[in-house]
Amino acid sequence: MTIGVFIFLAALSVISAIGTVAQRNPVHCLLALVVTLLTIAVLFIGLDAVAVGFLQMIVYAGAIMVLFLFVIWLLNLQAEVRTEPGHLALKAFSGLLFAALVAELFVLLWHAPSAAGARALAPAGYGSIDNLATTLFSDYLISFEITSVLLLAAIVGAIALARRESSPQAAAARTAGAQIGGMPAEAQAAAARTQAVAAEAGASAHSEGA
Amino acid sequence: MVPMSYLVGLSAVLFTIGVAGVLLRRNTIVIFMSIEIMLNAVNLAFVALGRRLGSMDGQVIVFFVMTVAAAEAAVGLAIIISVFRNRATVNADELNLMRW
Repeated sequence: MTIGVFIFLAALSVISAIGTVAQRNPVHCLLALVVTLLTIAVLFIGLDAVAVGFLQMIVYAGAIMVLFLFVIWLLNLQAEVRTEPGHLALKAFSGLLFAALVAELFVLLWHAPSAAGARALAPAGYGSIDNLATTLFSDYLISFEITSVLLLAAIVGAIALARRESSPQAAAARTAGAQIGGMPAEAQAAAARTQAVAAEAGASAHSEGA
Repeated sequence: MVPMSYLVGLSAVLFTIGVAGVLLRRNTIVIFMSIEIMLNAVNLAFVALGRRLGSMDGQVIVFFVMTVAAAEAAVGLAIIISVFRNRATVNADELNLMRW
């Protein structure tokens, strides 16, 4: 990776990261974030981390960003409105803390090791899938297995949190339906479903109006 | 070859932008995106320093960070959906359910 390519990629990633933070429409933020992730993936490949770079493109810029996009569309988010000014003291204080963080990072960089001791050429096979897999499945085997437990827990947690039956309107409707004595079970369930749908429609109409 | 301080500097700049996003934005989904920027900045530092040391450990840790980020995004977005269903908002200022 030559210095010119690096500067181009660095400028692109910083500009798109600023775009992610600064734009008001969440979909535009997401598109800018995808550009950031792709430029970082190219930087990875330029740094001899080919497998990790492609994983970054597939997993991050592909899968995780599609998840974000689905949620944005599911919630039907609009561009946010700017809130009225206020909290000036708090803003000044947070600006001060932010400047302190930036200064801290740059002091750290000033003392960062230069490239003088770096190896100009990585060892043979560095960053190949062979090399990555050997390290992953020997030194980091236990961490790798724990990762699978983490993913399983995340799947179960996401399903349990986002399940529709757990919404209070549906539960209330079900209880109301159960109190009506002579209704058969299917009719009760249908009534509960209708009430829940009506509540959802009311909620979404409210959010669109707001 | 790119000097190490440029790579770590880019990582620091991206991390700072992510912190700014978390502090300044009110939309919880955009706050999540800023967290992803911060994770990626740290990943970049891991890969760059791992290459300087000629060690694969940096890349393996990036692999784990990606896994944790995926799990975090799945659970976090599920929480956002569930909160939106109850409160009809994703504005972080209006979510004061856990305030004492």
